Amino acid sequence: MSDVLIENVRLIDPATGLDQHGALLVTSGRIADFGDALGRPEGVPVVDGNGGVLCPGLVDMRVELGEPGGEYRETIASAALAASAGGITTVAAMPDSAPAIDDPALVQLLRARGEETGRITIIPYGAATRGCLGEEISEYGLLREAGAVAFTDGARAIGSSRLMRLALSYASGFGAMIVQHPEDPELAQGGAATQGELSTRLGLPGIPAAAEAIIVARDVRLAEMTGGAVHFAHISTGEALDVIRRAKARGIKVTCDTAPPYFDLNETAIGDYRTYAKLSPPLRTEADRLAVLAGLADGTIDAIASDHQPRDPDDKRLPFAQAAAGGTGLATLLGVTLAQFHGGHLPLLRVLELLTAAPARLLGAEAGRLAKGAAADLCLFDLERVWQVNVGTLPGKAQNSPFDGRALEGRVAGTWKAGRRVHG
Amino acid sequence: MTASHRHLLQIEGMHPPQIEMMLDLAESYVLLNRSGKTQRDLLRGRTLINLFFEDSTRTRTSFELAGKRLGADVINMSVSNSSVNKGETLLDTAATLNAMMCDLLVVRHAQSGAPNLLAQKVDAAVINAGDGTHEHPTQALLDALTIRRRKGRLQGLIVAICGDVLHSRVARSNIHLLSAMGAIVRVVGPKTLIPAECARLGVEVFHDMTKGIAGADVVMMLRLQRERMSGGLVPSAREYFRFYGLDFEKLGNAKKDAIIMHPGPMNRGVEIDSAVADDPVRSVIKEQVEMGVAVRMAVLDILSRESRRNV
Repeated sequence: MSDVLIENVRLIDPATGLDQHGALLVTSGRIADFGDALGRPEGVPVVDGNGGVLCPGLVDMRVELGEPGGEYRETIASAALAASAGGITTVAAMPDSAPAIDDPALVQLLRARGEETGRITIIPYGAATRGCLGEEISEYGLLREAGAVAFTDGARAIGSSRLMRLALSYASGFGAMIVQHPEDPELAQGGAATQGELSTRLGLPGIPAAAEAIIVARDVRLAEMTGGAVHFAHISTGEALDVIRRAKARGIKVTCDTAPPYFDLNETAIGDYRTYAKLSPPLRTEADRLAVLAGLADGTIDAIASDHQPRDPDDKRLPFAQAAAGGTGLATLLGVTLAQFHGGHLPLLRVLELLTAAPARLLGAEAGRLAKGAAADLCLFDLERVWQVNVGTLPGKAQNSPFDGRALEGRVAGTWKAGRRVHG
Repeated sequence: MTASHRHLLQIEGMHPPQIEMMLDLAESYVLLNRSGKTQRDLLRGRTLINLFFEDSTRTRTSFELAGKRLGADVINMSVSNSSVNKGETLLDTAATLNAMMCDLLVVRHAQSGAPNLLAQKVDAAVINAGDGTHEHPTQALLDALTIRRRKGRLQGLIVAICGDVLHSRVARSNIHLLSAMGAIVRVVGPKTLIPAECARLGVEVFHDMTKGIAGADVVMMLRLQRERMSGGLVPSAREYFRFYGLDFEKLGNAKKDAIIMHPGPMNRGVEIDSAVADDPVRSVIKEQVEMGVAVRMAVLDILSRESRRNV
């Protein structure tokens, strides 16, 4: 089955720059044709897109799934529901689960579990170090063969320079990049908020912005030395972006992403100890938020990921410094990012590129584009539709969104996975 | 702290007339206490729970005395680390307290913001008796009362707060209160013990104590926790005392009639020389303790007003 004609849509494909009114035909779960003059093949169900944007299903390059080991927070099934509601059809799964994804069988398991949902393709990261413990590198070759797209220790930084050098060097032999959580573990130790006036007022232990730039600068140098490729996740400071911008200009293999909280919120969101706004890295100053936005506009930042981190209410209902860091992001990824289009800071094509083709390219995933013959992973959204984020009513199990109460413009109207409608 | 303020969680955000009103009321309780009388009908039948997650003798006793002098039933709950380790969360504790129908809840906790969290969940009026490195509002009020009684005013005075400002909730509350009341606040300490962007709090920062206390009307010393030295923020007690300990030589730079304060407990020979601490004329450390009881009586009085009206 899985045949459908989606008509009366604005087709946008960031990979090719396509932006035109028309229709798209899905046959046997694959994109058969698209354009402005498609006929209506007999017997194929028709969906009226009402003039909404039809783009490739979103590719989310940083998602904590909750499985294995954190099922009380989120399961693959509940994360898949949230992803569908957010127009996401491909998710890259963090390996710092329990157990960590440091064995080929676990990589295969995650891939299979994704397929079972019928909603998402899971492209797993392999653990950069065994158990994500930061002691010895894991089996990059075997993990890669099993389908790991890149290597990272997830929310944990690879703190040792020696180990990072090894990881970059060894991974480059298998054509894989190392994804770093860029935060100097010693400078960040015990910290709960970005260091500055607000952390001083609230009496919270601070994490200096420099903790990010220091690791970025070190790893850029190690990438240059080893010829390996390094990718920095959820960049949150202007200082780190300056280092990355210069490194890119020198031709070093460095890329980075950020997440919506870092260009939509600043540190004031934690006012009066709101633990739902406690993230890692912490929300930064307004100057840093603007720098992240500038990095998205000028191409220093390569992609936007949801940085979805499910937490249980008990993880959050604690004094601020003791509460777990992390926020959900699947259902709000598109809406929050579109605010930058509506605000005039990013063109629509750039917004969608950051969410589809760019992350797919970084991870070497066959996703994130509208191409004849490609799997019909699609996202249809109403660019103007207004809605409000309400914690407690979000799709999926985890409800720890830092965007509670945020009014958003742009809502997903339909999501298709391999031609099957999974949302709307 | 008007009727709309159910709790006393922090000084930051309080307005000068509110502070003035608290100090005036506390003043009347100083007179009452000195007269040897009590006012045991004011909080009769009310329950005050001292909920201390951190050890404290001075503050807990002060609140206990204040509550008893106003006729409240005072219960001291020391929540040891063991029951926290048993998995009981702060909010479990809040639910227990709600079931006990507590009217006034005095909280000390090692985590900044813990009283704010409790205040969202309990029916009682919450009084912050010190939370982490955030605030200690009644300490700032008693310090202000002590200064006002000695100097006749707060406006325009130069107050030097010296020592471990980074870890001090006393310093933060005092900075907010004294700046709001128009005093000129300086903080003095080694760079490793001064918090980030401290000047943004409206204070002048000094790392040279001689300069920092020059011309000061009030020299307020802070306690240096021993563990700060094992944490490496300060290399040794002797080095700290040499550069940041208050002795008569350094004090010579302050105004001739400058008063010396310390929130206690003191580390004699670390942040303050014994002779200075015990100076009968200039040290007001014992007076601070007396003012503490009066200030806490005023706070209990004000925070229970709304519920007393409703009876």
